[in-house]
Amino acid sequence: MSTPLLSVRDLSTHFPVRKGLFGRGTQVVRAVDGITFELPHGETLGLVGESGCGKSTLGRTVLRLLSPTSGHIEFEGTDITHMPQADLRPLRRRMQIVFQDPFGSLNPRMTVRAAIGEAMRIHRLASGPEDERKRVAALMERVGLRPDTMERYPHEFSGGQRQRIGIARALAVEPKLIVADEPVSALDVSIQAQIVNLLMDLQDDLGIGFLFIAHDLKVVEHVSHRVAVMYLGRIVELASSEALVGDPKHPYTRALLAAVPEARPRAKREKRRLLTGDVPSPIAPPPGCPFHPRCPIAEPDRCAREVPRLRALADGRQVACHLADEGHASDA
Amino acid sequence: MSTAPPHSEPLLEIVDLVSEFTTDHGPLKAVDGVSLTVTRGGTLGIVGESGCGKSVLAMSIMGLLPDPPGRIRRGVIRFDGQDLRKLEPVELRRMRGNRIAMIFQEPMSSLNPVYTVGQQITEAMRLHQRLSAQQARKKAIELLQRVGIPAAETRIDAYPYELSGGMRQRVMIAMAISCEPDLLIADEPTTALDVTIQAQILQLLANLQEERGMSIIMITHDLGVIAEFVDEVLVMYAGKAVERSKTVDLFETPQHPYTRGLLASVPRDVRRTSAGRVRLPTIEGVVPDLRDLKEGCRFRDRCPDAMARCAESEPPFEEITPGRWAACYYPGQPDPNQARPAAGAGE
Ligand SMILES: Nc1ncnc2c1ncn2[C@@H]1O[C@H](COP(=O)(O)OP(=O)(O)OP(=O)(O)O)[C@@H](O)[C@H]1O
Ligand SMILES: Nc1ncnc2c1ncn2[C@@H]1O[C@H](COP(=O)(O)OP(=O)(O)OP(=O)(O)O)[C@@H](O)[C@H]1O
Ligand SMILES: [Mg+2]
Ligand SMILES: [Mg+2]
Repeated sequence: MSTPLLSVRDLSTHFPVRKGLFGRGTQVVRAVDGITFELPHGETLGLVGESGCGKSTLGRTVLRLLSPTSGHIEFEGTDITHMPQADLRPLRRRMQIVFQDPFGSLNPRMTVRAAIGEAMRIHRLASGPEDERKRVAALMERVGLRPDTMERYPHEFSGGQRQRIGIARALAVEPKLIVADEPVSALDVSIQAQIVNLLMDLQDDLGIGFLFIAHDLKVVEHVSHRVAVMYLGRIVELASSEALVGDPKHPYTRALLAAVPEARPRAKREKRRLLTGDVPSPIAPPPGCPFHPRCPIAEPDRCAREVPRLRALADGRQVACHLADEGHASDA
Repeated sequence: MSTAPPHSEPLLEIVDLVSEFTTDHGPLKAVDGVSLTVTRGGTLGIVGESGCGKSVLAMSIMGLLPDPPGRIRRGVIRFDGQDLRKLEPVELRRMRGNRIAMIFQEPMSSLNPVYTVGQQITEAMRLHQRLSAQQARKKAIELLQRVGIPAAETRIDAYPYELSGGMRQRVMIAMAISCEPDLLIADEPTTALDVTIQAQILQLLANLQEERGMSIIMITHDLGVIAEFVDEVLVMYAGKAVERSKTVDLFETPQHPYTRGLLASVPRDVRRTSAGRVRLPTIEGVVPDLRDLKEGCRFRDRCPDAMARCAESEPPFEEITPGRWAACYYPGQPDPNQARPAAGAGE
């Protein structure tokens, strides 16, 4: 087997929580709590889950923008878990991120041209200022921005335009891995489609691997080869996107799919089965299966006591549920 | 205090609003003659291509357009019978946050990084309501719970950077509804939320609307949210209103070719085939340069149905059938369900 692009084993990232305004607490937020997966070259792994379940933290940790609490991260076969930042620098060109918050991640005093060109300059990808300008213009066009706006500053753009500046910046250095954190969330469907098509084309041409974080399940299904569903810092189901959407096994995955609003009027609110119950806290996660307090099929005994491990079913998917039914898995 | 006007009068009425920015290459009309109305207790959805002027329109209503380089050139913004453009800055500030509140598109640009979220929510409340520090804190925790933030009693002391993207967005929502506004302008309020929490937030807004008759302007690119949540939709393109319809009509018989293109771009059941992934349909071409507009319809370069007349003059925004407006000389032509095939996107 060839070395995967990214391999993550038992990864955890915890944050301390303050008690009160100045207090030092002993409590922690278990934002990422024991995650294992592999991402082959040229593939897209979609990452979905409830707001606050740890997706951005996972994305930033695998790129070592955050330090893991425990576990292992290998990038192209190299263990980068504890690699000093100085040694990581040459690797940075091959692993990029599109941040969830475009405004916070762009330097307000840098023109778009400088922002997109910066990484090219650092990694000496352009042969001179004129070449750099041309490359910036070409990238802007590919993400649907007018190149004649390249001398403007971030605040002069709309939310969706800024998001595309972030995408162009990540693409500028032709990376091997892109963690795309909600890269199309601020875009109308037509531009969103254009960006999704672009990312898929670049993947085919350059073999980029994507960790694609998004709330829009239709988009995730469309771009991803496989999809991982997270709940409270853990992966609860990981399957090919067809299997996941066509035949979800984890009750949380089912709840998530049932809540997708249809772009059709009259498919009214009340028809959807919505997940009820309070979102549990990652500071004090429930014992046993983290989903059991909200689970429609939980068994009072087992699910409340025993943590389900992520296990493989017959069709190759992985699921962390005591009750996920093996029989159905081989239907297809 | 004036007596409340009759019920049929809209809460918000905008007539021919023009908002522009000064740029090095001349003025840019980000909002170019938009008119709209929002009824009491009603919801108006606004959709349109990224950069078409939705946020600038919202900021203009709030009186928050950065000046310079932005300013309102002309038009009327009438809220509950008062022209907001004629109010003194103090009066406008009192109106804002109290009777009109906004959920901003990018939470990080409107939350202050050096204050905890609790400090920020309570400040907004104490500015407009007479509450003790303790009452305000209690109310803030309740609000955070209502927007689904777990361990709210602890999280109220978190700084914005300690929260996830969707949690920050929900803090913004909590702040906006804390003063029980009559009009809520929500600019992409659920972009950072997963579908289950999104549904919960929309339910919360619907409840507030029912309980208190709040009006909502919902700016969103999520056509699922539009379909479910709003009564009427305004479609914008390059600074102009190009279509306005009841939601059901918009989806069933879109009148403007831009609306048709938009609806065709929704990723439906586009499954991957064995041959590889399917490309999503897009609207080809790019928006025109707003600083350098040519004669005629601004969508015509990208319009599959453009005719000679479309290059001659800009089609007016007219009522084409009762209750439906469109800015197109040939409205409502092709079959709305027929998706256009995609080609070299954006080039
Ligand atoms: N401060 C500014 N100076 C110059 N131009 C600006 C400024 N702010 C916005 N614009 C321009 O005004 C136009 C409208 O921007 P606006 O933010 O209203 O778009 P939008 O419809 O909200 O888009 P999105 O869906 O991407 O958020 C854009 O073309 C943008 O580049
Ligand atoms: N710097 C930090 N300090 C303390 N807690 C943090 C920090 N960053 C994130 N967290 C917490 O970690 C948890 C996971 O956050 P994360 O941003 O990874 O969620 P997410 O899945 O990306 O959510 P969203 O979909 O809302 O963006 C949250 O409870 C958040 O409050
Ligand atoms: Mg996130
Ligand atoms: Mg906007």
